[in-house]
Amino acid sequence: MNWTWFHKLGSPKWFYEISGRWVPWLAVAAALLLAIGLVWGLAFAPPDYQQGNSFRIIYIHVPAAFLAQSIYVMLAVAGIVGLVWKMKLADVAVQQAAPIGAWMTVIALLTGAIWGKPTWGAFWVWDARLTSMLILLFLYFGVIALGQAISNRDSAAKACAVLAIVGVVNIPIIKYSVEWWNTLHQPATFSVVEKPAMPFEMWMPLLIMVLAFYCFFGAVLLLRMRLEVLKREERSSWAKAEVRAQVERGV
Amino acid sequence: MNPVRKKRLLIILAILAGVGIALALALSALQQNINLFYTPTQIANGEAPQDTRIRAGGLVEQGSVKRSGDSLQTDFVVTDGVKSVTIRYSGILPDLFREGQGIVAMGKLDGDGLLIADEVLAKHDENYMPPEVMQALEQSGMKQQHDAANQGGAQ
Repeated sequence: MNWTWFHKLGSPKWFYEISGRWVPWLAVAAALLLAIGLVWGLAFAPPDYQQGNSFRIIYIHVPAAFLAQSIYVMLAVAGIVGLVWKMKLADVAVQQAAPIGAWMTVIALLTGAIWGKPTWGAFWVWDARLTSMLILLFLYFGVIALGQAISNRDSAAKACAVLAIVGVVNIPIIKYSVEWWNTLHQPATFSVVEKPAMPFEMWMPLLIMVLAFYCFFGAVLLLRMRLEVLKREERSSWAKAEVRAQVERGV
Repeated sequence: MNPVRKKRLLIILAILAGVGIALALALSALQQNINLFYTPTQIANGEAPQDTRIRAGGLVEQGSVKRSGDSLQTDFVVTDGVKSVTIRYSGILPDLFREGQGIVAMGKLDGDGLLIADEVLAKHDENYMPPEVMQALEQSGMKQQHDAANQGGAQ
């Protein structure tokens, strides 16, 4: 197998050049999809026969929850890449993705609580799904705190990578909690193998919102990583040239 | 991949497998404590403790809801298709509460197997549909099939 593309990814300069080309596309896609998904989901999708309009919060809740879990898996993968291949860029990715993941978890928990009150009759219950999601939030806090607390960059990178990798066992627990145990949270509406348990005009805006959230995450992550790469490479000639060029352009 | 990296990768995967197995063992040992509620069958088999507050969950049986005329007290039967348990609750029921709906009630079992609840939560399933579709289902008599399919999925 040809690994050159993979090793190239470890070069901050190469990453900076490539990511600069992707950011505008991701940002435009995110803005477009968000606008379409929000208007379609919140205004035009039909209400649910039982929950009425309160089910519309699904269009924020589910994409945020998807992303919260995906970002953690990404942290773990980046952690493995960082530990095995000693790639510096992997640590940049872990440090910059963790706060976004934490915010997504907060959004999922908050919208879940707001949705829970009118449908279940309670903001919070200690069922397996809600509790494992709260643990995910604490794992994110752990990764962020470790990264900030250790001043030596290499030790911090190692510690964060180990925590991210070990914590990933929580992800299947979140996913299957609604099947393994009796929970108040309902099982998944979507699965890869079956058709969704909602009609087209309900799931299509949801799919658009999920894609919009992923594009948004991609754009924000790349922007944050580019800034961090510039900071860490401040002594290299290409970074100096880049900063000078940006200052001259008045950005 | 060079041998040093391969070794590091194997060590990481071994740690992950170890943590995963340890957690799986811990969770299977805690199986009962993690369940949010007891099913009527578990209560009938005496698996639920008598003197502490427990949660019971299941579907509200059709035609079993009896509302008291002069207070908020409501009696209803919750079933999982095999056994059932009667629940007494005084208070405002959630909007989604209706016959055939999945609910979770928290309270104490009295000696006769009656659950005196102080909290009733509605559980909704993973199916969403517009009201018109539900009406169409009811008119064509497909609702029973739909409910039966849901009930099977909810257990």
